[in-house]
Amino acid sequence: MGMAGLVILLIFGATAIFSIFADQSTLSKVAVTEESIAPCSFRELPCAPNANNLLGTDADGRSVLWLVIHGARMSLLVGLVASVITMVIGSLVGIVAGFVGRFSDTILMRMADFLLVIPWLALAIVLASIFGQNIYVVIGIIGFTSWPGAARLIRAQTLSVKEHLYVERSKALGAGGWYVISRHILPNVMPIILANAILTVAIAILSESALSFLGLGDPLRVTWGTIIDEAFSRGATSIGAWWWLLTPSFCIVTVVLGFTMVGYALDEIINPRIQER
Amino acid sequence: MSELASDRQDPVVGDPVIEVRGLEVTFTGRIGLLAGLTGKKAADAHAVAGVDLTLRRGEVLALAGESGCGKTTTARAIMGLIRPQAGEILYEGKPLGRNLKAYRRKVQMVFQDPTAALNPRQTVYEIVAEGLRIHGIHDGPGGENEEQLVARALSRSGLRPPERFYLQYPHELSGGQRQRVVIAGALALDPEVIVADEPVSNLDASVRGEILDLLMKLRRELQISILIVTHDLGLAWTVADRVAIMYLGRIVEIGPAEDVLLRPEHPYTKALLDVVPEAGGLDRPILTGEPPDPTRIPTGCRFHPRCPVVASGRAAELRIEARCKGEDLALRTLAPEHEAACYESFLRHEGATTV
Amino acid sequence: MTVLSVRDLAVTYRSKSGDVPAVRGVSFDIHKGEVLGLAGESGCGKSTIAGAILRLHSPSTQIEGTMLLDGEDVLAMKPGRLRAVRWTGASIIFQGALHALNPVKRIGDQITEAITTHQMANDRGAQVRAGELLEQVGLPARRIDDYPHELSGGQKQRVMIAMALACSPSLVIADEPTTALDVMVQAQVLQLLKALERDLGLAMLFITHDLSVLVEVSDRLAVMYAGKIIEEGSARTVFTNPVHPYTEALAAAFPTIGDVRFRGQPAGLGGDPPDPQHIPAGCPFHPRCPSAWDDCERIVPELWAAGSDRRAACLLAEGAPATARTGEPAADR
Repeated sequence: MGMAGLVILLIFGATAIFSIFADQSTLSKVAVTEESIAPCSFRELPCAPNANNLLGTDADGRSVLWLVIHGARMSLLVGLVASVITMVIGSLVGIVAGFVGRFSDTILMRMADFLLVIPWLALAIVLASIFGQNIYVVIGIIGFTSWPGAARLIRAQTLSVKEHLYVERSKALGAGGWYVISRHILPNVMPIILANAILTVAIAILSESALSFLGLGDPLRVTWGTIIDEAFSRGATSIGAWWWLLTPSFCIVTVVLGFTMVGYALDEIINPRIQER
Repeated sequence: MSELASDRQDPVVGDPVIEVRGLEVTFTGRIGLLAGLTGKKAADAHAVAGVDLTLRRGEVLALAGESGCGKTTTARAIMGLIRPQAGEILYEGKPLGRNLKAYRRKVQMVFQDPTAALNPRQTVYEIVAEGLRIHGIHDGPGGENEEQLVARALSRSGLRPPERFYLQYPHELSGGQRQRVVIAGALALDPEVIVADEPVSNLDASVRGEILDLLMKLRRELQISILIVTHDLGLAWTVADRVAIMYLGRIVEIGPAEDVLLRPEHPYTKALLDVVPEAGGLDRPILTGEPPDPTRIPTGCRFHPRCPVVASGRAAELRIEARCKGEDLALRTLAPEHEAACYESFLRHEGATTV
Repeated sequence: MTVLSVRDLAVTYRSKSGDVPAVRGVSFDIHKGEVLGLAGESGCGKSTIAGAILRLHSPSTQIEGTMLLDGEDVLAMKPGRLRAVRWTGASIIFQGALHALNPVKRIGDQITEAITTHQMANDRGAQVRAGELLEQVGLPARRIDDYPHELSGGQKQRVMIAMALACSPSLVIADEPTTALDVMVQAQVLQLLKALERDLGLAMLFITHDLSVLVEVSDRLAVMYAGKIIEEGSARTVFTNPVHPYTEALAAAFPTIGDVRFRGQPAGLGGDPPDPQHIPAGCPFHPRCPSAWDDCERIVPELWAAGSDRRAACLLAEGAPATARTGEPAADR
């Protein structure tokens, strides 16, 4: 299962990277012209899939295929960066709360609970209206609202590792807190962090799509979410332009599936190794 | 091996190296939700309730007793892993300060479960070098580098040739070898004291002798003082110079091993010795009841509810029963170096019928 | 009257890394009213035997040999008969039994479960019997309504014993029943087992690594190493006068207090018990044996006579074939 997921991710990853290079070349300076939208005419936009535009065009005549390729870059970027933010904050909070305990634990976990309790969408809307709508805000919103879940998980693992006898041995040898955290806690918590990070990317991509679909995304960037948003607001459903809606949706679902499969496979690898010992 | 001994000022064997005075450790009680709602208060567990102990240089002292008697808690308090509620611990005459790092170089611990004590993701080399790295030791007294210090520690604990073990992981070693790695990790810092908490009880029986032999060798060749926590009096007979018997957080008898194990004074010690299995059969008197609960400490002598002297009526005959049940008592010296806390043995050693 | 007769028992586990021969040809008898002690360390196969007698191992485990329980061949029993025999013919007190009690069921219910499963009584009769069993193991009958967490370690162990006796088996297999207990409680439980065995005329197979416990409790003793019995005989003789060097080393790990031979002289063996998948040639003990010589690597020992009522699988035994004692012991010293 992990292999299948990996293959999916590689395909999309390659597409995203390809789109970066493609941008540099003149290929991307595709103007919407009569040739580009053939065999449809300007009045028949959006154009159904045909030999010229394999996945059809949108209402402005842009090839859906190109849109989706560019969208890959943005969506994956948002997912990855948001996941990194989530995991960095979540790990810091989780490890400190679990290891130091007592007062810091209480404070940090109450902060996490606070964020967990607030309806995510309401918070996202509020933040977007305060900070404006651009891609960095979107990444920030997702990152800053997802860390509590990771923090709880990592804190639990830290608590468990902290009780191991080799941690006590380290203290008996004279180790201070930072030494124990960096040499013993972190290496034993890292597998969970990595597995969770991968699953978080999937969630981040979904979240970004949701935000964009609701109109909170960055209108100047092309992500799968903004494509769907535009499709809806331009009436793709009533026209019946299924290719415009389905293609980005299919990409989102497949990529999320890919990350999830890799994440699960990682989980399986992590656990039996511990059991073997 | 003796380079290190001459590096220290010549210690006088028998000088106290660790002194424990009036140690008290209490674990605050926890109460379940329902019980808490009904107004019950959580009982505190007085794990260690006033312990005085001296570990002398070059000696092997066994701290013995059943589970719950406080021996492991005492050991961990000596290591500074638990903060006591009262009492003090002196190392070479000076009380331990807040900063224990320097102390930890000198006093090292060996644990009951060698498998759990080793980080499964670290190699043997890293495990043994951990102490050196924590204390920032890059050269030994004779100019050795880290690798040579690690090799020496591994050799000293019987893992030879040391290079063969550098890259191995704990799960590739046997139980006895893992314990040797733990010991090597302790030796790398050139300690003066080793506190061993049940060092062989998790190991196969035929392997125990080797580890005990190693500890005795370390005492002999490196003048390391050893405090062994154990429930096994047979082990104490094999390796200990002095034995201290603990019950419910106090030491009830202490003295040279031959005296305590062959001429016990306290009824609890006698009961423990009676119960060591041997080819005699099971017709000896066995104490009833379970190891006591440290949250409910009896009045007077802590042992009186289970004491055969009280139960058989002898205490009443000697007219000490009221004191056994009502008056707390401390250790008294009954013979040179041999102390016990029992009204009945006080009588025997003073010759009087009333105290 | 022989309650259990085992001949050439061999148990092989199947694992990812190949076959693991945990037991390689073990034979013994247990008679009514007799306690046979089975001693050995980790990996010797003793716990495997306990499971094999009632065929509790997974179907992929290969069991060969004959086991006659009350005259019936256990390996030939059909599943229905086997289920009926489990607990009524022979019962087990498991290793780590303190955790074998269901924490959310009352102990009385757990005992009656065994009785009603075998339809030995109706519900009310079973309750009465449970109360009787508790009294027999030294607990007041009213405690049948207690939950496991209300009992101490020693009391839980007594409940496990009561459960094992519930269907009046002819054989009780005790697998490390006192290992997790304090010395005082251990002595109490051993005293109880000995009394029960005497009063009920049970046959008992007592498995443990603690040789000194076996000496107290068993009539006969068998020591296992690497899947085979390497010495057996009357318990006292084997413990106080071992012939096989391994038995000697094992006995030395439990010194007699007061015996000056042990004072300051911890006795132990180098090396480790062998991996069942890599058993040394000839005598499996020879790499660790302080008395081994050249022939020990070539000859696979059998249980030869070594005195009256005792046998040992060692060239040092009286009944062993005479060989030239050449060569140095292979053990690291």
